[in-house]
Amino acid sequence: MTATIATERMRIGVGLPSGVPGASGRLVIEWAVKADGGPFASVACIDRLVYDAFEPLTTLAAAAAVTRRVMLAGLVITAPMRNTAMLAKAAASVDTLSGGRLVLGLAIGARHEDYDVAGIDHHDRGKRFSQQLAELRDWWEHPKIGPKPPRPGGPPVLVGGLSDEAYARAARYADGYVHGGGPPRAFARAADRARAAWIDAGRPGRPRLWGQGHFALGDTATADAGAGYLRDYYAFTGPFAERIAAGHLTTPQAIVQFVRGYEEAGCDELVLFPTVADLAQLERLADVLG
Amino acid sequence: MKVNILGGGPAGLYCGLLLKKANPAHDITVIERNPPDATYGWGVVFSERTLWEIQEADASTARAIIDRFVLWDTIDIHYRGQVVHYGGQIFAGLARRTLLDVLQRRCADVGVAMRFRSEITDLAAVSDADVIIAADGVNSVARNTHAHRFGPQLSAGRARYIWYGTTQWLGAFTFIFKENADGLFQAHAYPFDGATGTFIIECAEDVWQRAGLDQADEAESLAYCERLFTDELAGRRLLSNNSRWINFATLRCARWHHRNIVLLGDAAHTAHFSIGSGTKLAMEDAIVLADALSRHRDIESAFNAFEAARRPAVDAFQHAAAASRTYFENVKRYLHFEPTQFAFHLLTRSGRVSYESLRLRDPSFGNTVDRWFHRAAAGSSPIAAPAPFLAPLELRAMQVPNRVVLTGSPSDEATDGVPAAAYLRRLAHRAATGPALIMTDPVAVSAEGRITPGYAGCYDAAHAGAWAHLVATIHGESGTRIALHLNHAGARGATRPGREGLDRPLSDGRWPLLAASATPYATRGQVPRAMDQSDMDRVRAAFAEAARLAADAGIDMLALHAGGGYLLGSFISPLTNHREDAYGGSPAGRLRFPLAVLDAVRATWPEDRPIGVSLTVDDCVPGGISPEDAADAARALHQHGADIIHVLAGHTVAGAHPAYGRGFLTALSDVIRNEARVPTMVGGFLVTSDEVNTVLAAGRADLCIMDPPEADRTDDPDSEREARR
Repeated sequence: MTATIATERMRIGVGLPSGVPGASGRLVIEWAVKADGGPFASVACIDRLVYDAFEPLTTLAAAAAVTRRVMLAGLVITAPMRNTAMLAKAAASVDTLSGGRLVLGLAIGARHEDYDVAGIDHHDRGKRFSQQLAELRDWWEHPKIGPKPPRPGGPPVLVGGLSDEAYARAARYADGYVHGGGPPRAFARAADRARAAWIDAGRPGRPRLWGQGHFALGDTATADAGAGYLRDYYAFTGPFAERIAAGHLTTPQAIVQFVRGYEEAGCDELVLFPTVADLAQLERLADVLG
Repeated sequence: MKVNILGGGPAGLYCGLLLKKANPAHDITVIERNPPDATYGWGVVFSERTLWEIQEADASTARAIIDRFVLWDTIDIHYRGQVVHYGGQIFAGLARRTLLDVLQRRCADVGVAMRFRSEITDLAAVSDADVIIAADGVNSVARNTHAHRFGPQLSAGRARYIWYGTTQWLGAFTFIFKENADGLFQAHAYPFDGATGTFIIECAEDVWQRAGLDQADEAESLAYCERLFTDELAGRRLLSNNSRWINFATLRCARWHHRNIVLLGDAAHTAHFSIGSGTKLAMEDAIVLADALSRHRDIESAFNAFEAARRPAVDAFQHAAAASRTYFENVKRYLHFEPTQFAFHLLTRSGRVSYESLRLRDPSFGNTVDRWFHRAAAGSSPIAAPAPFLAPLELRAMQVPNRVVLTGSPSDEATDGVPAAAYLRRLAHRAATGPALIMTDPVAVSAEGRITPGYAGCYDAAHAGAWAHLVATIHGESGTRIALHLNHAGARGATRPGREGLDRPLSDGRWPLLAASATPYATRGQVPRAMDQSDMDRVRAAFAEAARLAADAGIDMLALHAGGGYLLGSFISPLTNHREDAYGGSPAGRLRFPLAVLDAVRATWPEDRPIGVSLTVDDCVPGGISPEDAADAARALHQHGADIIHVLAGHTVAGAHPAYGRGFLTALSDVIRNEARVPTMVGGFLVTSDEVNTVLAAGRADLCIMDPPEADRTDDPDSEREARR
């Protein structure tokens, strides 16, 4: 069932260590500066409330100030935990500060605890999320609200999630779909669904498709530390945490194969997130990617 | 580690054996309520792959059972007094009793304790263990004790079935379809030792009652079935082992583990017997769980790893089994098929087997299918018959050389309804790749019927001129025909360009909308006016005028859009039609206006050119159109001159959609085509010729809209986006 579409060129982005516990503000900023030097197309942030992780749009605003080239991606921001108008304004601000470099990945988020701690009801979050997606561009066009995003239509919006609804939402409201991580085969299946939904909805063009992976390059202890982080970060997902940990990329060979698999499956941009908060990781990844 | 295993079936015994082998220090007890020599069930089936896995996990078990296997590589399908053979797929059958003997002996060898005749009704009795493995079947006590944790969902099948054995020597995996005065019965039979076979008989509930089997005792049932299958049994017997008629229950669980309890095999999941996978899945579960428990330090991680590894495989089998179950529940629908097609449809029912994979295993069966299909399509049966998608098709006087339809990537770049030159070039470019048919985007029959201001139309001379130019270009280059997709957007009109998302009302320059009822399409959408008689007259006339212009332009085929939440579709669905006049209410009332439009178009459109109707056959919302409702509508449309039904699903109301994936509309097309007996055209993200050939050869559709990846590559969203800035 794997699609065998060779895209002209897949771009590769790198995650900021803002989601790895213990990462300092200084490290996150230095990481962004270094990534801007290439070969990365984007830097990205995850979003989790009840975890030692930075708030994504705030972090991307900081990254905007110290970078000139890379796209700034929120992968993915738990939209229903935020007020739509405020989310739209924050996104427009980052987009404007960066000269139109924001990519807004949005999803429901799998974690009830985040909602509970924030005091936000999670029961009708799917319905609210659809509503938010329907409204976002209206807020960006609102005559009395600024700043105006520099690009027509605002920053590109990607929808994440693995439910049937996620693909339909991406097709109906967004510019594309962002997959949550897994082997290339899993991405290929999700990409097929996203394309099917897009065509079924009658949208012009095709969906942008983004993928994600996790890496830690170095000795066994580094790999183990990274895997430990993934198990901890995804602990609430039970079996899924094991699958994510099993897909942890810890050798140059694994990264090369992973990249190739995603490229063949038609991925437009693959973002590799560090599982170890150490600047050496970024350098090693840059080496592998050449 | 102390492990208590509930249930001494294949899953429990095998898992106990593998755990003990991995670490002889484990203290393992299998607790079974029956005596060691109890015989329930007849034979079990394994595929080659499972045999290999058993070989890997424990060679001694594999050796012991492989000697006792009955192997076969043919499937026989008895239908209409003929037998269709399909070969090349190796299966192994084994008496369940033999498998249990082998496993019990191996367990005794390695030192697994086994307590028989020990019924556990309270988990407290076995809680003196580090791990409790619940391999106690579909009625698992452990699972039921913590039902709120495991979240089991049981859904009962509609058909009745009964497990018999038989003394008839079966030479293959055998499906028998047999009709008598009471109705249709089917048997699933396979050998499992040198003298005995499994013989499962299945029928619909009403057939079962008509046959009096609901009242029959064990002997009466047996006698009835032996009489029914006299020919196939050749005078030999069916064997009952307390056999009863039941409904198959499919079990799914939200979680497979809770604290130190883990579910295994039938306790965690069941899959319809018609794909013969119960014991196979149970044995594979045992292998993976034993492996996970020996690899992981803590039980929670081991259980998570087990679930992570097994869920995808089990989900895939349950999905295939559900499709297979649905097939057998509805098999009456396919009794009009000739034997070759009937067999192909049966073999591809679960979606796991395709045209190419059947050919690969049995090239001669593949040739039979190709030749049969070609004869049905073209009247001749050449020795070098091409694949089904290369068979010609005739709709009225329109002849096309193959079965592939391409569409243009949607475009809203038209100016005042005149299609953009770039769009027409793309269509011509795709036509040059040789499809049977090119189908346009929805083309508006009036300015108010446009989806966005950039949608093309067919309501004035300039439009007709542009379409005539396209026709001339395409006809000049190839035999590809052109279908114009006529539409009135209804409540989905006057929206902003599709690249900004769907159904966002225009901020400037919007026009008033029409629909069956005054309900906006999206929550923030413009409220349409409920159409009165004069609106209906006007819209009907607009469709007829568009048809006249299209005919003059040389368009080969029309497709009327009566789905997708657009104007005609809004009349058909009870979700969007709340009218109390003659155009609402009953299904016939709701279909009245679309039929009137079809009649008007048919009257204008040349008699020898075909018309298709795009129909939403499943609203994907409770209370909406179901495929069964749609089959009635399809029949009526066909009687009014629609030559083919283009099958769609969802979008009648905003946010309602089918479950997406490769070929997501195929099953719906199958229902419409074979329930209503009308030709169908289906898309649903068909990407490869293999997918298309599978759909066609199985009689699930007559034309396939393909979305080949090459087409996808031509337009890069980022470069387009850049270009717009």
